[in-house]
Amino acid sequence: MPTFDPANIFMWAYKFLGWWLTSLGLAPEFVLFVQLFAAIGMLATVVLLIPIFTIWLERKIAGRFQDRLGPNRTGPYGLLQSFADVLKLLTKEDITPHKADKWIFNLSPLFGVLSIITVWAVIPWASTMVGADINVGVLYLLGISGLGTIAIMMGGWSSNNKFALLGAFRAVAQLVAYEVPMIITLLIPVMLSGSMSLQSIVKAQGQMWFIVLAPFAGVLFFITSIAEIGRAPFDLLEAESEIATGYNIEYTGMKFGVWMLQEFSHAFAVGPLFATFFLGGWQGPYATEIPVLGIVYFMLKSFFGYFMIIWVRSTLPRIRIDHLMSLNWKFFVPVSLLALIVTALVDKAMSEFAPGTGVAGRAIVLFTANVLLVISVIIGIRNAAHAVRVKEEGDDHAEHGDAADSHDDHSAHPAPAH
Amino acid sequence: MIPLSWYLTLAAALFCIGLYGVLARRNAVAILMGVELMLNAVIINLVAFWRYNQPTVIGGQVFAIIVFAVAAAEAAVGLALIISIYRRRSSVVAEDMNLMKW
Amino acid sequence: MSITLPQIIFLVVAIGTLFTGVMVVVARNLVHAALWLILSFFGVAVVFAMLEAGFIAVVQVTLYIGAIAILIIFAMMLTRKVMNDTEPQTNSQWVLSLVVAAAAFIGLAGLLNATAWSPLQAVSLEGSVAQLGRALVEPNQYVLPFEVASVLLIIALIGAVAIASEKN
Repeated sequence: MPTFDPANIFMWAYKFLGWWLTSLGLAPEFVLFVQLFAAIGMLATVVLLIPIFTIWLERKIAGRFQDRLGPNRTGPYGLLQSFADVLKLLTKEDITPHKADKWIFNLSPLFGVLSIITVWAVIPWASTMVGADINVGVLYLLGISGLGTIAIMMGGWSSNNKFALLGAFRAVAQLVAYEVPMIITLLIPVMLSGSMSLQSIVKAQGQMWFIVLAPFAGVLFFITSIAEIGRAPFDLLEAESEIATGYNIEYTGMKFGVWMLQEFSHAFAVGPLFATFFLGGWQGPYATEIPVLGIVYFMLKSFFGYFMIIWVRSTLPRIRIDHLMSLNWKFFVPVSLLALIVTALVDKAMSEFAPGTGVAGRAIVLFTANVLLVISVIIGIRNAAHAVRVKEEGDDHAEHGDAADSHDDHSAHPAPAH
Repeated sequence: MIPLSWYLTLAAALFCIGLYGVLARRNAVAILMGVELMLNAVIINLVAFWRYNQPTVIGGQVFAIIVFAVAAAEAAVGLALIISIYRRRSSVVAEDMNLMKW
Repeated sequence: MSITLPQIIFLVVAIGTLFTGVMVVVARNLVHAALWLILSFFGVAVVFAMLEAGFIAVVQVTLYIGAIAILIIFAMMLTRKVMNDTEPQTNSQWVLSLVVAAAAFIGLAGLLNATAWSPLQAVSLEGSVAQLGRALVEPNQYVLPFEVASVLLIIALIGAVAIASEKN
């Protein structure tokens, strides 16, 4: 019987289940199957239950940002608000539009939620707890976000509604466009830690978090992730006043509830991803000796990330779709490529010419390189904006100037005639 | 222990299904879907041969990745051509593209 | 010779992939065909994972499902006049194509099963992702095909934009 280990209680429970089933005389492959199934079931349940809490948290915090209380009637401090919402959605009429494609209409919300739950398979919760420690974890994240894009596209198309289709096109354009700078900025932690597996990236941040080594990349990843989840200021996908709510316009009742679940779960998945890549994941004092503490640190950091998402949402206005796309292709992609090149050059130069620098020295050099990069980017933006403003004022002058010149031409015309 | 011939038979079957799709469908986008199935079969072949014959030589995986890149480029250009044809002739049925037939 | 668990899994995955492949080429509604295509891409990714090529499996999902399938769906939606198709989807020579495809398959399968292939060697494939990355950029390995492939992708990008843009 595996010894009871309170510091690593979930792994102990996993091993205990295996020992108990083997002592019942079952085949080892079957025991492994049951163990994995139980672990997957528990992980999926936790992932699906967290949005109940985060929806309440979001409404309270957004309310406080807007100088009001937020829900406070259903239960103490409004804690039962999520249950009230679910009850309301369950009792609404479930309509499938006429001539909509029934199978795809019903399956696309499920694929949306599927794509979010499978993201949690690679996120490390503690030093010994990770769903699947595959060595291509970062690429896996990119693939899964592609699956979410397909779900939105199918939801918009199968509604047999031209506005839903337009909304789905815009949503897919935004999501596919913002995957590019997200992946480029994700390459920086991969480079700094030397591996694409998320557990190795977290373990490489034992001495210094990557937010100190690559702050610009962290900020860029955060912004592009907010664009990936369709949150303000990039929430043109679901704006009621702009595109008539977009791709989920024909969904009613619990199917709409599943789309909302997908959106809130995706929003909460960005906090843990940001914490894993840049804030050190489960790292903290005594996290390797007592793995359960790793879970606590990880949750603290991911809720901090989620708080920042709510903060940004309550503060900034919506960006128009063409501004959004030109912001991505003309600013984010070149700047993230520049950040990648600068980080690669500085890191390699340091390991070539000064191989003995400790953690603090490397941190200082990379942080300075990032600060210089940010200053040059800001100078570049200022020059570009200045050029645009000069051109616009030059056009204004040209209009007035043409009128004045034409008067001069009329008056000067007879003079050289003889 | 899965014999190599099983993987190769799967790849051959997928290739022939794609071949039927290319030869028998009217819509140009459906023909392109058949072509993608054929490319997938080719990549299965490459990776199976890499794993069974030379698993320590990384060239097998490099070959597969280059084929992925070429498949993506070909799909993009093919679909751009189809959209351009639709703009001019208002139809993507392959039988309607008969300007060069006798 | 009894059937082992990996063989059962392979048979299930192979039959699933082939079934979805058949549905791709047989479906009347084109968008359904695109969704069956996505499922067959998943099946192929599972086959790659069984061949212990994890990187290739994830690249398959990312590239084919996340990019090419979306391209195909977009192209399909931009090139149709009505929302539903009601006309037949197979052209007049479908019987001959079926015969040709079946003959090709029988010939290939017969040849492949008659040859004696070498059996599987159990090797450890740790660190193959790092090895792959190094192989793609080292001067005496595969940097030339890598650079040529990137030039090809740039040309395809520019060409696709040039072909598909509206000329007034």
